[in-house]
Amino acid sequence: MATTALFFLFAGLAIASAISMVYHKNPLYSAISLVGVFIALSCIYVTLAAPFIAAVQILIYAGAIMVLVVFVIMLLNLDDDKPLNRLRYLYAVGGGLGLILLVQTFFIFYAVMRAPKQTVKVDETVGKTLSIGTAMYTEYLLPVEIVGILLLMALVGGVILARRLDAPKLELIVNNELERRHEDELKDEFRVRL
Amino acid sequence: MEPSLATYLALSGILFTIGTVGVIFKRNALGMFMCIELMLNAVNLTFVAFSRYYADVTGQLFVFMVMSVAAAEAAVGLGIIIAFFRNSLSIDTDDASIMKN
Repeated sequence: MATTALFFLFAGLAIASAISMVYHKNPLYSAISLVGVFIALSCIYVTLAAPFIAAVQILIYAGAIMVLVVFVIMLLNLDDDKPLNRLRYLYAVGGGLGLILLVQTFFIFYAVMRAPKQTVKVDETVGKTLSIGTAMYTEYLLPVEIVGILLLMALVGGVILARRLDAPKLELIVNNELERRHEDELKDEFRVRL
Repeated sequence: MEPSLATYLALSGILFTIGTVGVIFKRNALGMFMCIELMLNAVNLTFVAFSRYYADVTGQLFVFMVMSVAAAEAAVGLGIIIAFFRNSLSIDTDDASIMKN
């Protein structure tokens, strides 16, 4: 009973935060609403007896990814989102697609409700860190390796994308100007260029 | 007594719908990015729910994989957004039309 009550509390919180994320024009408000969704989902994972996934959800999503997003919002100093001025038909497309997906959701809900009752196989070891680690490094070793390579590729890609093509060549400037400028002036110049 | 599997699937479907509608309605690239994260989370919820109801740890493992992909996506996606901002001083997807004509 307590699980059900907690589930509906956090489900409501998740849906409300998600709607608030789409509704807000300011990217920072959207980001903070999204953190709310992540925390609510993490609590739902706890009610599903998956404490490891709940902890990882907070660590990776709310801790790492959202900090990165908020950092980019602050770095770019973004204004509010302007209203759509062209491509107005997108409202119709979005509304239609949303309606179709909602109908599908309720269809699935009723189909699963009508299906013969599944007996919950209670297995308390599932969801503990031990069982996940064992499965990860025995049966699913190949996917883990592939994910490792994917993360390496993302790392290289991030560095390539963030690189500036017209980066000032500091070393050459320092060498040329050492010959003809006073050292104090040089230091000021260097600081400004940095 | 626990909520049934159908309830979890319904919550996941609703979150996925909100994410999809958000991707279409949002104009700035960061907003779209956050809506995609929401959709990934909705799918993660189905994985964990099925993992619970079939007492199989595979679902939770794949949640871990999805999270890794989301982290990689965040690194590359935000790099692209910053590169785009550097070129056009905006992250409005309507301005990303230099390939036109």
